[in-house]
Parts: sequence; structure tokens; C-alpha cells
Amino acid sequence: MTNTKNILIVGAGPAGIRAAKVLVENGLHPIVVDEAPASGGQIYRQQPPGFIRSSRDRYGFESDKADFLHSSFERLLDNIDYRPNTGVWSLEKNIAFTSGPEGINRIPFENLFLCTGGVDRVLPIPGWTLPGTYTLGGAQIALKAQGCLIGEQVVFMGSGPLLYLVAYQYAKVGARVSGVFDTAKLSDALPVLPGLLSGGVTLAKGIWYQNWLRLRGITLRRGIVPIKIEGDSAISGFLYRNSRGREKYQKCDSLAFSWGVKPECQLAELAGCKMVFDDMARQWLPETDEDCRSDIKGIYLAGDGASVMGADAAEFRGELAALTMLADSDSDQSSDNSRRSYLKQRLKRLAHFREALEHALPYPKGLMASLPNNTLICRCEGVTAGDIRLGQALRPQEINRAKAYTRVGMGRCQGRMCGIAAAEILADEKGVSLEEVGRLRGQAPIKPLNIGIAGAAAQDDPGRAASI
Amino acid sequence: MKNRSKYGQFSRVSERNRPKIKILIDGTPFEALAGDTVLTALMLAGRNLRKFEFGLGSRGGFCLMGACQDCWVKMENGGSLRACTSYVEEGLSLITNNEES
Amino acid sequence: MSIVETEIAIIGGGIVGLSTALHVARRGVPVVVLEKRQPGAAASGVNFGGVRRNGRSLEELPLAARALEIWKSLPVLVGNDCEYQETGHLKVARNEDDMEAMAAHANEQAAYDCGVEMISRNALRAKYPWFGDVAYGAAWCPTDGQANPRLLGPAFAEAARQAGAHVYEDQAVVSIEKDGETLLLQTEHGLELRASQVVNAAGAWAGLLAGLLREPVELWPMMPQMAVTEPVPYFIEPALGVVGGDVYLRQIPRGNIIFGGRSGSADLEEGFGHAISEETLCTLERVAMVIPDMANINVIRLWSGVEGCTTDHLPVISPSQTTPGVFHAFGFSGHGFCLGPGTGAVLSEILLDGETQTDIAAFDIGRFS
Repeated sequence: MTNTKNILIVGAGPAGIRAAKVLVENGLHPIVVDEAPASGGQIYRQQPPGFIRSSRDRYGFESDKADFLHSSFERLLDNIDYRPNTGVWSLEKNIAFTSGPEGINRIPFENLFLCTGGVDRVLPIPGWTLPGTYTLGGAQIALKAQGCLIGEQVVFMGSGPLLYLVAYQYAKVGARVSGVFDTAKLSDALPVLPGLLSGGVTLAKGIWYQNWLRLRGITLRRGIVPIKIEGDSAISGFLYRNSRGREKYQKCDSLAFSWGVKPECQLAELAGCKMVFDDMARQWLPETDEDCRSDIKGIYLAGDGASVMGADAAEFRGELAALTMLADSDSDQSSDNSRRSYLKQRLKRLAHFREALEHALPYPKGLMASLPNNTLICRCEGVTAGDIRLGQALRPQEINRAKAYTRVGMGRCQGRMCGIAAAEILADEKGVSLEEVGRLRGQAPIKPLNIGIAGAAAQDDPGRAASI
Repeated sequence: MKNRSKYGQFSRVSERNRPKIKILIDGTPFEALAGDTVLTALMLAGRNLRKFEFGLGSRGGFCLMGACQDCWVKMENGGSLRACTSYVEEGLSLITNNEES
Repeated sequence: MSIVETEIAIIGGGIVGLSTALHVARRGVPVVVLEKRQPGAAASGVNFGGVRRNGRSLEELPLAARALEIWKSLPVLVGNDCEYQETGHLKVARNEDDMEAMAAHANEQAAYDCGVEMISRNALRAKYPWFGDVAYGAAWCPTDGQANPRLLGPAFAEAARQAGAHVYEDQAVVSIEKDGETLLLQTEHGLELRASQVVNAAGAWAGLLAGLLREPVELWPMMPQMAVTEPVPYFIEPALGVVGGDVYLRQIPRGNIIFGGRSGSADLEEGFGHAISEETLCTLERVAMVIPDMANINVIRLWSGVEGCTTDHLPVISPSQTTPGVFHAFGFSGHGFCLGPGTGAVLSEILLDGETQTDIAAFDIGRFS
């Protein structure tokens, strides 16, 4: 499609909002597409109309940031083409295909901002599909956006910035927190203490949440190894090994777990962005330069959808990406270079902190090797660890081949939840590096696409009535 | 202070003053509140959303943010919806006790 | 540079090449397969998965019958049934003209024991109430079936290896020349292979190889586009295809419905296909016309691949006209999945016995010159 100057922003979380704000301030009118009914992404997810809790109640220490972003976005509405409840399911050349309340739409674009955020990073644990088991992000959404708890005796498990925060949020509203089980050990944190300290306020908040929980007598355990989520038709308890290696059981009726966030970068991949293996994230991520450019002219990546750095970094990168785009497309070099330098400086510090966090609150990659063979890895298709390991009767050491033979990653989520675990298991089993295992090849649609809605929008040859 | 149905997984802790919305779950009426997602309503009423197609057990949702695709629920009219990103509407009729395929 | 000597070299590790390798290896003859990527990675692995004689050109029916015997013997031959099932196939008519054309073809096919019967509109809708109004009637072939293409190539590769064949992966052949009494092949990574006989089973790339041998064959890349749905309760037993080719569809017992129609795009160099979203939307519309209940179902993945199509839509299976010792087997024009296993058996006979009982006269490369 020629002759379009459209600027498309995918995602109205902190990154997308900041990008839109900068563009509008510079006289531009981007199209903003977002799957949710309202702006804020997941971290600053808004509650539905009719809910009355205060911002402070829902976002705690971050309520000022949340309010600012929400109201900023509101003020942009007259100057943007905002399409909520709308998802992009395919990207081809310079057209985004969307699906929403009006059905299918095609949005040609000249510039594209992918601000698609992330989802909790999980590793399968035996029993993780039992009803009552959710991600930490999911548990937080139930409370923040629905005013509900995921259960009445909740275990929180895993590691990362969300663990103590969500436990605290639950305890604060009176939930019975059966325990907070951190797989990280204090010894993980000590080597990276300087880096952690650079996180300043963020680090302080984390410590504050832990102390708050401890003072109320809530069970906190470190250095645990999860063994199993137990239950029949729904969860009834959590089996783990404590830091001394002893097997322990915690009764509960719900459990929330994850280890940080993983980027949702399917659209970047579909757009043809170069994907590179990131050692720290242990994942393939779209390549960006420090100005948020992808390797494709006109495509910019910001927020956790590019790489996980948290909400503050998402705001900085959203703004930076927009400033970069302005500089890239404008011969008049009035783009704010000093602001860009400032943002990059802040991002460097945040990156440093993030790296320290990743060491202090590590993703327990070693866990994959010891998972029993009957552990379900692919939730959608029911593929077990054993299926993946033993699938080498047909010799798959590359993940797309493992997928062809075992069906891992062939379900509705197309590998979102199981892909990284499957890769870790393959790498361990075959004795190859995680990078050599490769990544699941992405194709459209990036989320399930209803045939009926899509069919209604088919553009046929002009003059030819729809027929088979 | 809390509000949980006898067989429910989720528990309401706030935001109770909202218009009531009647939905059907496996033919049985359930009173949800405007603004509930379908997942919230189903998990307040019971402890699962659907049977797993390829093995034993049921599913109750997981990520709550439209990523894991584990919460697709059948509607009585033959369609399906992703429960965590869909909101209850008056008369919505859902089936959680799927036939095994 | 490493040099390998063998009796038979096969260029291409798709189903044709691998089946040939297996049948040759089982007769104790040294054989090497040189595959550009991995066994079954190209058309063999991404096609629709139909094992079909319904509506097939008459010239292909003897080979198809041979292939069917092999399909049925897969568990013994390669230790894996590759999910082959005899589900039958419906070729769906849109109108009376389609019915007449299919009936005429069914008459001609009668001599080949396919068992094709015509089904009237009422009978079709009575037996399969899920058809939409556009289904006017059908030709029904009860002996047709379907299988899982992703499993076939690797299963044959493994069986061939166990029988003594060598299958090299990631070794695209870049040159082929006659050197005295033998043939010399070279790959992109410096592997040199010397063989008495060579099979060109290089799929969409085989035309290029034929060109290297100074007998070019016009081979158009075709990119059928496929989609798969989420798993839903099983209700469509036969595989089906609508006359005209705009929609073809099958449901597997797990519940996913696989369907294809129109074309995607592919980079011959890269070897991967991509669905074209606009084309997909057209196919989705048509699918919902053929089976209205599908409007309630979600597509979870699209894909495409690249296949070689000849000008007359028949394959090339014959000795080379320019280079003694070389044999061609390519150009299956989008309907080679069924034929592949049989083609390998036939080729092994031509290579080792100098002849085959299966009639492949119509596939001579000479017809293009």
C-alpha cells in the first residue's frame, strides 16, 4: 500500500502511551490499537466502569504514575485514532491486520511502534494446570481489575519483583496468605548487591513488602525448590523442598507463581525483525539499537515487548522511540537530542539494575532438567517432558522438529507458555546450547482468529460474487 | 467481608455495588456483576472453566491477560470466547462440562 | 573436502528421495541422500496430508495404487503409521456441471478399482448434515485417506538409516557432472560424492538441477496455503475438497481441522513459506460456506510451503535424456503426498533392475522437449 503516512502504535500500556503523547505533542496523529478496553497495559490495568476503588488502593506506590498515564492518554483522544478491544493478528509488509468489535480491519502504516508488553514467565511444575493455579500477574489482575482473590488460602511462589508485591497486595485486603516461597537465595543477591542498590527506590520497595509480610507473621521461605502442585480436581496444596533440602507441604486452595516477565514479541518476528539470542533473558528477542530502532526502517520497539526492563523503562523507551522516529523522519533536526540523551542515561541505569535483579532473583533454569517425565510442559496439547526428551527417536535437537514430532507448541497459545521450557528441556537432553535449539517459528495469526468474523471481511476480486 | 459461593474458587473482596447480570452456567442461573469477566464469574460460581481435551482434569484459567489461551469457554449457541478478556452480558449461556472429543 | 563413494546418490530428502533410499537400502545397496535442510522439511512436511485417488489424473492411478499398498504397510515398513487412516474422500460439486464431469471421470477411473461412487445432494446432506447449501453433491472414494505429513519424512529417514542408508542433512547439492563412468556431486559445504547412479528428487528445486544437466523443465513454484484450527469435537470423518480447488479440508481425530486454499508466498532460496493474510481471509469465507459450523471455530496457525508444478501437472519420473545414470523424480504439482512412498519403490526397481512393472510412461522427461 502506497501513499500512507500512517503511524501505528500497537499497545496502550506505558510504552505506547508515552509514544503516542510525544507524537501528538509534535502534531502527529497516530493510530493506537490495543487489545484491552482501556489504556494502561497490564501493570496499570484499569478497572471496568462501575468500579469505585481508588487508584491508591489498586496501584499502591505506583498510583501517581498510573494516574498520570491514564489521564495523559485521555487527553490525547481527540488527536489519535484509538481502537480498543482490537488485536493485531498479522503483519505483512506494511499492513497490520486487526480483529475487533467491527470485525477485521487492515491498517497500512509507514511507521510502526510495537509496544506489546509481556506475560509472566513460567516454568512448568508438576500439577501447574490444576484449577486454582495462576501466574503472579494473573493473581494481581484478579484483585486489581476484578476485585477478587484467586482463592482464600493463597500460596505465592517463584521469584522476581512481583512475588512479594502481589503477596502484600493480597494480605493487605485481608486474604489469608498461606506462604510466600521464593526460589531465590540471599546468596544469589550478594554478588550483585551494587547493581541492586542502583535500583534505589525499587529495591527499597521490595524489601519493604517483605518486611511488611514478615511482621504480620506470614510464612516467608527462601531458597526453596518447587516439587509439585497437588490436588484432585483443583489445587489443595504445594509440595516443595526447603533450603535445607527437606520436603515440606503447604496446604492451600490457590497458588500464584512466576519468575518475572517474558516479552510478547510475536509481532516483531512477523514484521521480519531480526531476532537474536539474549543470554541473560535466555530467549530470542528482537534486535534493537539504543534508540529503540529495530533493524527494519520505520519499525520501533519499546517496553517489555522488546525486552523486559519494567514499567519505568517502558515509559522511557516509549518516549525515546517516538523521539527517534521524529528524528529519523524529519530533515529539520529539531528533535530533542538532549532529552534523548537523558532517556538513554536513565535506561542504562535501569538496565544495570535489571541485570542485577536477574542474578539476584534468578529464573531457575536448572529446574527443567530434573522435571519428572510425566510433567505436562505444553498445557494446550498435553505434551510431557518425557515426550520431548524421548521424541529423539526421530532425532529432534532443534525445537521446530521437536514440535513436528511431539506437538509441543501446536496448541492455541502457539508456544507462548511452553516454548521456553521446551527449549530448556531439549538443550539439556541433547547436550546442546539453548541457542542451538532455536526458537519456534512464528506465523500468523498470533492469537486464535475466529473463522466467522474473518470470513465476513474477505476482500474478493472486484465484481466476483463470493463463491467457492 | 468476603463473598464466595460454596463451590467457587475465586472470592470477591470489594466492588460489590454493581448492577447484577444473570448468566447461565451449564443451564444453571448465576448472578454475576457488571464488569466481571466471564472467567471471574465462572470461577466465583465454581472451580473450573472447561475440561481438558487431551487428558484428565479441568482448567481454571492461568494468566488472566489473554496470553495463555487456556480459558476458551464454549457458549450454548455453539460459539466460544476467551473468558478472561470477555465480559459478562445478560443472558450469556456457557457450557463448562464439555463432551470429551 | 571429504569424498564419499557410493552406489546410489539421491538429491533431496523429501518423501520421494527417502522412500527411494529405504527401498534401495533394503536390497543391500549402498545409498546416500543429500538433503538441503532436514528430512521432510519442505513440501513433504507442510502439505495438506491427503492420500487421494479421487479425481486423480488417470495416468497417475497405477502409481497411486502402488503407493496405497505402501501406505497401508507403513507400520511394518517404517515402524510408524504416520497417522495414516482410510477415512475416504469426498470431492464436492458446486453445480450440475461439476457432477457430470466427476461422474465421467469416475467412469474412467472404474478400471483402476478406486471404488468412486457419486452421491446426490440429498444423500450427501443426509449423511453429512454439516454441509452448507453450496454442497451440490459429491464423488465419494472410500479407499482414500489422510496422514500426518510432518511424521512421514522423518520416519522414512530413520528407517532408511537403520537399513543402512546415509542421510546427510544441511547439504544442498550445488553441482552435478558426469566423470567417466560415475557421477560427481558437490554440496554447499564441500562434501563430494561419487556415485554410479543419481536420483534428482529435489522437489521445487529439481528443475534447477535438470537445468544443470541441460534438460531444463519448466517448473513453477506453487505455494498452497494452509490453516489449522483449535481442536474441536470430531465430526468430519472424510477428507474433502471442493471442485475448483478453492477449499480442501480434513479433521484429525484429535479434533484440529486442517484446510487449505489459494496461495501463500515462498522464497525459493529460503525455502520457507508464509501465508498471505488477504488470501487467508478469502479461504476462511469459503470454508464457512462449505461447512457453516466452522464459523464458530478459531484458526490458530497458518503456513505455506513451496512445491514444484509442471506445465501439464504430471510429475517427471524417468531417466535423464542427457546424462546416463541420472534419474528424475519431481514435479508432483501439489498432489504428490499420496504418490511419494510409491515413487520411491518404483525408482528403486528402475535403479536396480532397470525396469518397473508400474506404468509411469506418461512421466517421461522427454515430453517437454
